[in-house]
Amino acid sequence: MIRTLIIVGHGMVGHRLVETLRERDTAGAWRIIVLGEEPRPAYDRVALSSYLDGKSAEDLSLTSHELLEDPLVDLRLSTAVTGVDRAARTVSTSDGSVLGYDALVLATGSRPFVPPVPGHDLDGCFVYRTIEDLDAIRAAAVEGENGVVIGGGLLGLEAANALRLLGMRPHVVEMAPRLMPLQVDEGGGQVLGRLVGDLGLAVHCGAATKSVDGDGRVRGVSLADGTVIDTGLVVFSAGVRPRDELAEVAGLDRAERGGILVDEFCRTSDDNIWAIGECAAVQGRCYGLVAPGYGMAEGVAEQLLERGGGAFPGADLSTKLKLLGVDVASFGDAHGRTEGALEVVYANNAAGTYAKLVLSDDARVLLGGVLVGDASAYTVLRPLVDRELPAPPEQLLLPAGSGVDAGALPADATVCSCNNVTKQDITSAIAEQGLTDVPGIKACTKAGTSCGSCVPMLKNLLGECGVVTSKALCEHFPQSRSELFEIVRATGIGSFSELIGRHGSGRGCDICKPAVASILASLGHGHILDGEQAGLQDTNDRFLANLQRNGTYSVVPRVPGGEITPDKLIVLGEVAREFGLYTKITGGQRIDLFGARVEQLPLIWRRLVDAGFESGHAYGKALRTVKSCVGNDWCRYGVQDSVSMAIRLELRYRGLRAPHKIKAGVSGCARECAEARGKDFGVIATDKGWNLYVGGNGGFTPRHAELLAADLDDDQLIRLVDRFLMFYVRTADRLQRTSAWLESLEGGLEHLREVVVEDSLGIAAELEAAMHQHVDNYSDEWAGVLADPAKLARFVSFVNAPEAPDPTIRFVRERGQIRPGPVALPMPAVATQEVSG
Amino acid sequence: MNWQRICELDLLPPECGVPALVHDRSVAVFRTRDDELFAVGNVDPFCGAGVISRGIVGDRGGEPTVASPMLKQVFSLRTGQCLDDPAARLPVYPVRRRADVVEVALP
Repeated sequence: MIRTLIIVGHGMVGHRLVETLRERDTAGAWRIIVLGEEPRPAYDRVALSSYLDGKSAEDLSLTSHELLEDPLVDLRLSTAVTGVDRAARTVSTSDGSVLGYDALVLATGSRPFVPPVPGHDLDGCFVYRTIEDLDAIRAAAVEGENGVVIGGGLLGLEAANALRLLGMRPHVVEMAPRLMPLQVDEGGGQVLGRLVGDLGLAVHCGAATKSVDGDGRVRGVSLADGTVIDTGLVVFSAGVRPRDELAEVAGLDRAERGGILVDEFCRTSDDNIWAIGECAAVQGRCYGLVAPGYGMAEGVAEQLLERGGGAFPGADLSTKLKLLGVDVASFGDAHGRTEGALEVVYANNAAGTYAKLVLSDDARVLLGGVLVGDASAYTVLRPLVDRELPAPPEQLLLPAGSGVDAGALPADATVCSCNNVTKQDITSAIAEQGLTDVPGIKACTKAGTSCGSCVPMLKNLLGECGVVTSKALCEHFPQSRSELFEIVRATGIGSFSELIGRHGSGRGCDICKPAVASILASLGHGHILDGEQAGLQDTNDRFLANLQRNGTYSVVPRVPGGEITPDKLIVLGEVAREFGLYTKITGGQRIDLFGARVEQLPLIWRRLVDAGFESGHAYGKALRTVKSCVGNDWCRYGVQDSVSMAIRLELRYRGLRAPHKIKAGVSGCARECAEARGKDFGVIATDKGWNLYVGGNGGFTPRHAELLAADLDDDQLIRLVDRFLMFYVRTADRLQRTSAWLESLEGGLEHLREVVVEDSLGIAAELEAAMHQHVDNYSDEWAGVLADPAKLARFVSFVNAPEAPDPTIRFVRERGQIRPGPVALPMPAVATQEVSG
Repeated sequence: MNWQRICELDLLPPECGVPALVHDRSVAVFRTRDDELFAVGNVDPFCGAGVISRGIVGDRGGEPTVASPMLKQVFSLRTGQCLDDPAARLPVYPVRRRADVVEVALP
């Protein structure tokens, strides 16, 4: 019997429970109903301020498409729980539903605490918790004016950063004598205060807020010492309080100081109800960090699956974060509260760094520490807490903890505290699963997937386990794609058989053949179907069209920049009607014609080529389209001619074979109607020229393109795109889109900028020359087939019956057009029948 | 054996496949670089489309193979066995070369 779990709250912790349970419940024992009060699914609240720094709500979202489509997950948003009937095991919701449960998990989180100072409810007072809060703050922010944040803890500094990003001058008011009093000590707080002061924050420590002043609207904030700050905007971030109202509604026990009281298994006083995350008081104590909440979620998932265990392991309250660009970390007994604790402090006022280690009374065991300004030693130090020091303390404190490597860590040391993963977990996963890279470790162990601070340690552990990262393309070539590219470029080898004969082994496969075909094409070795090359191509490239599920192909002519004359539009319609093709407008502003049989392709191309069309390379790992908005010719907001630029770019890079497809966009103003930042390269007009963004991606892992260079004129833009694309073509892995390539580049965007903009490697001229050669040698691939009888001969349904249509292709009609009909799969019978000899 | 003429060897480029119609059956005929011939069913058992002849020919650990162009499962050209899924197999047919003509037989 499938059982029903209801989770109340879809924040980070509630979401972790959904994820963990769906991942581990392979038998499908639980159906999950998630009731979220916010209008959107779970998002990364820890990174909230990045919402004002270019990230969108979608970027912050934690919820994958798979999860949304998972039939065992029913996510209901904007739905609050109003009642719980424990006897009937039902909850009632704000929309009037009554839902039955077998298990109920409360993950309602907490609410911001607003101190009851006079004026706290005036217009212009905000809290800092949700995306909606940020939208409200953004709407009220006035550039250049003061904004006051009440509370100088972790969240307060985040809020101050948010105000700074909105162009305001932030003031932070903190009651304690230093910033982040819970995490750092006096010395660290001083350094932190100085560093954030340099960034333009006004810090008021040891200051009590007397009142928020105004008349309906905020006009200022008065402090107890008489200071008055003129401001129209106040953000309260003076801590949080658990949202435990449902305990009352359901008659569950509450902790003395608030929070739904649970035992070490996160179970409430009702055996069928758990509470996790910030709303839970585990044995009386609430935790305001996400990592302990994740631990609770995973423990409850284990209990639901009746695996045994699942007790809350206790919380590691260590933190490492970057606040306003300043590293801050605190771990273990940061305040030296252990009896007899000794402190070793290293402060460098010139560099703005502070580091303190807390040691046991015999100075042999590390108890905790504080790092401000440079927290790179954190990944090494935190796992050493409560262990004997592997090196003298001063060595550990020197930059980047250079005195210690992964080998010094004991096996049971926690490397990733966000997800509670030990060194042993990671090294076993590396050995047992044969992991060879950091993404593999992340996927298998979850280490490094949250704050990412342990990623350098993961790399270190790979090395320690003797992993020499394999770069072999496949079993036939020990080289990586970029190495093969350099071999072909340097030696001038012009065929696959010569390359595999000299530098590989065996006969090749569907991995290395298309990869080498692409390299040969990038380097300009003739038509992609010339001679032996035809057999290297994936079917799309071999038939210069896109294979569809029933064995037919779709045909996409190039429509540069999405601009098309009425006459050409009519030709497309006529061709589609004549050949009975299904037509659809693509996302790249062109028209796709579906359902063409192999033998029809040359006939269709003939008609299209005669009308002035050419191949759109929709089938190739090549430039696809350069999408554009309408630009300043027509648009009243446009500031540049985006259509002309898109056409120029598309015609320049058409046919360029690359490790993966390349999409581009040009927008005529900052409104970005061409969605250029979702493309491999995107161009956005400014009033001075063009901004160039690179490495964007839609699809499975969306990513916004990042700014490479600003305010370029037309020629500067073309030159940089030439260099960028050629550098990508030469160095990326097989099937690696620019976004993944950019993320894997050592040094990332900064390195790319050095190479492409500043020419740090001295290869810019060569990259440009290679691109010029590509542009000069371009010719239409469809026309190339039509002109060559040998190539045309391959476009037949059957070699011995060229006129007979393939009997497996069947169509039915839907909405006035064709679509593939149902197929009879030979699958089940295949294993036992007609193995003839 | 009921041998049927398919095509001249020249129409079958090395390391490539062609589709053929043998008594209403769609058959994929391959020629490897060392001129060995193979004939297997052309219909991909995973999707029901006649596309196997358009797959990329190669080897896996020395075993001659073709990868379906649809979802990339790899099949042995010798046995028709899918090397990525033990439950799937392509039918295999006798194939020979007589003079410069390729012939396939149905059992």
